[in-house]
Amino acid sequence: MTDLPTRSIDLKAVLSGSSPTVAKDDHSEGMSYLQSLPRRLVTLYLPLSIIVIILLFPFYWMALTAIKPDEQLLDLDKYNPFWTWNPTFKHIHKLLFESYYPHWLWNTMYVAVGATVLSIIASVLAAYAIVRLRYRGAHLVGGLIFLAYLVPPSILFIPLATVVFQYGLFDSPMALILTYPTILIPFSTWLLMGYFKTIPFELEECALIDGASRWQILIKIVLPLAVPGLISAFIFCFTLCWNEFIYALTFLQSTPNKTVPVAIVNEFVDGDIYRWGSLMAGALCGSLPLVILYAFFVEHYVSAMTGAVKE
Amino acid sequence: MADIALAPRRAKTEIREATRWDLLRHNKNWLGLWFMLPAMAFLIFFLAYPLGLGIWLSFTDTRIGRIGQFIGTENYEWLWDDAIFWLSVFNTLLYTFVASAFKFGIGLYLALLLNENMPFKAMLRAMVLIPFIVPTVLSALAFWWIFDSQFSIISWSLKHLGLISQNINFLGDPTWARICVIFANIWRGVPFVAITLLAGLQTVQPSLYEAATLDGASRWQMFRHITYPLLTPIIAVVMTFSVLFTFTDFQLIWAMTRGGPVNATHLMATLSYQRAIIGGQLGEGAAISSAMIPFLLAAIMVSWFGLQRRKWQQGENND
Repeated sequence: MTDLPTRSIDLKAVLSGSSPTVAKDDHSEGMSYLQSLPRRLVTLYLPLSIIVIILLFPFYWMALTAIKPDEQLLDLDKYNPFWTWNPTFKHIHKLLFESYYPHWLWNTMYVAVGATVLSIIASVLAAYAIVRLRYRGAHLVGGLIFLAYLVPPSILFIPLATVVFQYGLFDSPMALILTYPTILIPFSTWLLMGYFKTIPFELEECALIDGASRWQILIKIVLPLAVPGLISAFIFCFTLCWNEFIYALTFLQSTPNKTVPVAIVNEFVDGDIYRWGSLMAGALCGSLPLVILYAFFVEHYVSAMTGAVKE
Repeated sequence: MADIALAPRRAKTEIREATRWDLLRHNKNWLGLWFMLPAMAFLIFFLAYPLGLGIWLSFTDTRIGRIGQFIGTENYEWLWDDAIFWLSVFNTLLYTFVASAFKFGIGLYLALLLNENMPFKAMLRAMVLIPFIVPTVLSALAFWWIFDSQFSIISWSLKHLGLISQNINFLGDPTWARICVIFANIWRGVPFVAITLLAGLQTVQPSLYEAATLDGASRWQMFRHITYPLLTPIIAVVMTFSVLFTFTDFQLIWAMTRGGPVNATHLMATLSYQRAIIGGQLGEGAAISSAMIPFLLAAIMVSWFGLQRRKWQQGENND
């Protein structure tokens, strides 16, 4: 309990990293008046724009390729490769109506939502128990969960493949829904522990005196106050699921069952010289849902990312 | 009258002996166990058990569809004499060190730039993080297309600038292929490092810089003696994560080169996938991935000591 004030300040400072309206950003120019404009151009705007352009160029290129007609795609000399005047939806149309792409999108969504919901439920209970019930060995368990966060999927996929096979889950979405939580639970437990610590203990004490059970306290007091944390954990887990590759590659076999990343790598990569258009269209459509989600919840992403590292 | 009648009854229920059921429902250790149960079940069945099973598999000659026999350290002895395995170890270390060093340098620099006051700050920060949000495989495919041997936009641009006369065979030449995958990894990792370090930078008091300016400190001195020391703890954590995930990277390589050309970009993770799942030699693949564990432990130890130092720096007793 003694560390409560420092932690809450910490969190606020982190959150202000993305939202300029909070805390330090009061539109004061700080000490930047010491720098002249030409100097700022060279030391700040120039390097910053180079880095941002490099970071965003692949997406521009992906989107451009997805809407370019085939002949412009491969004839770099006749047409300016950096722009197109007659965009086509041929590749996207082919993707949506002549392939399993909608299936794959649906699979990815289904697996991501299923695994995320399971993990959030498990981690809310675990985080609450570790932070507030403080049972014997809670600290040790917290440390072990942090260690579990550090176990990478690439050393687990071989034994997990045999486990999945034994349980008869091979080639079914359930295999992914049950294995993804091993990546998500450590992360979201750690994140939620940080959030639960910022909720005043006194509220719970009042509820205990009024005769509420621990379960009621969790549902009626702690969870409503932890909604920002829950949103952070949810969208971050969702992104991780969408991103996951090696488990999906190993555990799924039949074409209609695959998730978007695996399907694009395996099904669209053929010898066809004109494959690039549909390949990039597939990559674009696979990224867009996440980018849209991200656009709505930038602050939550940042707090999820930094929160898990800082706690 | 009603009060008097009720009072003794209530007192009676309060001194009732705690039954075993009450103990299970209210004792904090038991409650803790109930609350931990779902998370523990997942982590034990799908994390701890496979971790042990993986180490066991590495001592057997299991293949896909066949239960293996215990063969001692034969897999490891076999790997010890396997040049491709050692090449993959070398590649993994090269990939991890070079990519992490660049990620740290560029990430810190980008964080410092983003920490300045400027118009559209929030939007810039949001855009910087996009490479981290988009699934790695999908952005790796974009890089695959950018580094195409015939239609690479980079080759085209360099040719039009008159710098080269022929297309560069980006993913076909061993050296170029390594540079390309490392570049793609740096590209993917910089936003994470930058945004996390930026969050750390936000907690540095501006008054420290003001005081330093009054004392006549140069910008480099301010960075060296204020920013960097205050940022060390978070740098330690971020870089451990970064090193760990770079070391065990799989998807980027698999989408771009699948370990080729002539195994020049095979990492330990991709090699173990190739041997275990494609080749069917589960035992040997498990031995390769188990060989990653010592490296990971070393990284975790670094993280542990980094965290210890952080607590010591903040004068915080173990809460």
